[in-house]
Amino acid sequence: MHKTHLYEAHLAAGARMVDFVGWNMPIHYGSQMDEHKAVRGDAGMFDVSHMTVVDIRGPQASAFLLRLLANDVSRLTVPGKALYSCMLNESGGVIDDLIAYYMEDEWYRLVVNAATRDKGLAWLARNGMAFRISLTEHFELAMLAVQGPNARERVHGLLPPDVVQGIASMPPFSAVLCCGYFIARTGYTGEDGYEVLLPAEEAIAFWNRLEAAGVKPCGLAARDTLRLEAGMHLYGQDMDEDVTPLESGLAWTVAMKDDRRFIGRDALERQQENGVDRKLSGVLLEGRGVLRPGYRVMTAAGEGVTTSGTFSPTLEKAIALARVPVEATGACDVEIRGKAYPAHLVKPPFARHGKVCDGIL
Amino acid sequence: MSEVRSDLKYRESHEWVRDEGDGTVTVGISDHAQAQLGDMVFVELPEVGNSFSQGEACAVVESVKAASDAYAPVSGEVIEANDKLEDEPELVNTDPYGEGWMFKMKLSDTSEVAGLLDAEAYEEQQDD
Repeated sequence: MHKTHLYEAHLAAGARMVDFVGWNMPIHYGSQMDEHKAVRGDAGMFDVSHMTVVDIRGPQASAFLLRLLANDVSRLTVPGKALYSCMLNESGGVIDDLIAYYMEDEWYRLVVNAATRDKGLAWLARNGMAFRISLTEHFELAMLAVQGPNARERVHGLLPPDVVQGIASMPPFSAVLCCGYFIARTGYTGEDGYEVLLPAEEAIAFWNRLEAAGVKPCGLAARDTLRLEAGMHLYGQDMDEDVTPLESGLAWTVAMKDDRRFIGRDALERQQENGVDRKLSGVLLEGRGVLRPGYRVMTAAGEGVTTSGTFSPTLEKAIALARVPVEATGACDVEIRGKAYPAHLVKPPFARHGKVCDGIL
Repeated sequence: MSEVRSDLKYRESHEWVRDEGDGTVTVGISDHAQAQLGDMVFVELPEVGNSFSQGEACAVVESVKAASDAYAPVSGEVIEANDKLEDEPELVNTDPYGEGWMFKMKLSDTSEVAGLLDAEAYEEQQDD
């Protein structure tokens, strides 16, 4: 099993380690609930070094990504600006979702899922052959996500003043590269914060300084409840190669206004002509219980199924994402262990920035 | 290390049983089990009056992480359920052998209690 460069730090912090797609990762350090609340209310940190970082360089880097991604990288004009996108197959199915950073002309940086690393890289390489580009994976970097209302301030306290000056006024969904640190104002929690790429050999020292500054180590379990509250999708659960972004609540990430011929566009156009018959909706369970992936959802417009589900620590209710008929709305039932429980369909996100979102409860 | 109480009996599936000496038992899940499951957010208790055979699934404990069945450690009728767990499922985490008890049963076969694991045997099972 792979270990990240922070493995020893996790053990020292009392982590319960699990196998996550071949990586030995912390699931929690005692209480995933406390970790979740630390991120919503203060600051927490996650080791996300298992994620794959790939640089695309070359005179056709931009042309390649215009072909490869369903979202439009020509929207990125300021160095460091980030774009969330799906990478589709010819049928419009989602091969992976990723963040693309525009670094400079002829240089983009992609951060892709660990679970899909091999097929994602193979897809990049295969489709990249027709373009004058190079692909470089960064094994020498560690990646930390520091998230929460006080996260940025805590990070600033550890950095040299000139670096802080460069990031303090950085808008959300942007990044800067300075003195070997790549600092992005992005995340997967619905809170403000940074994702920091840094030289692997410095990772433990940085982690320890963050912990000394009061940033709580958080595991994959809290990461999952936070992202689900924030209405963010998890590849392999909420979307995969069998569904398109249009059926997955991700139409906003597909740029089809101009005539750019990205991979999967033909299939999406056909689907739009025939009518998209499913959508991804939020589900809120009315009473007590917990929602999990794979539960049947019965609506007036037909049946659906939960793709992700959990108990939301912020709402103190069970929440889920579910793929349901496109007309479905309002009240529904969810089948839990053979019994129907009342619920209703809501529009995610459920909770962000420390509180429940409007219209959810 | 999780706590195993020497005055209790245990089933392999991690329920503990306290023999009340009057033909009834109190049942909960062990400290080891609650630690494995993590933060408890929902407990589905058996209905009072229902009868279960030994080993039959009769309750569900759900942590944020996972749902897990709890089994009747002995055969009998459920005579009381710990309603407090509806509002405070976390009692299973904080006090698994005390306020986190789950239900009480009237034994249909008093000899079954003797067949359960004692603390030492249960502890050994965890070491495997």
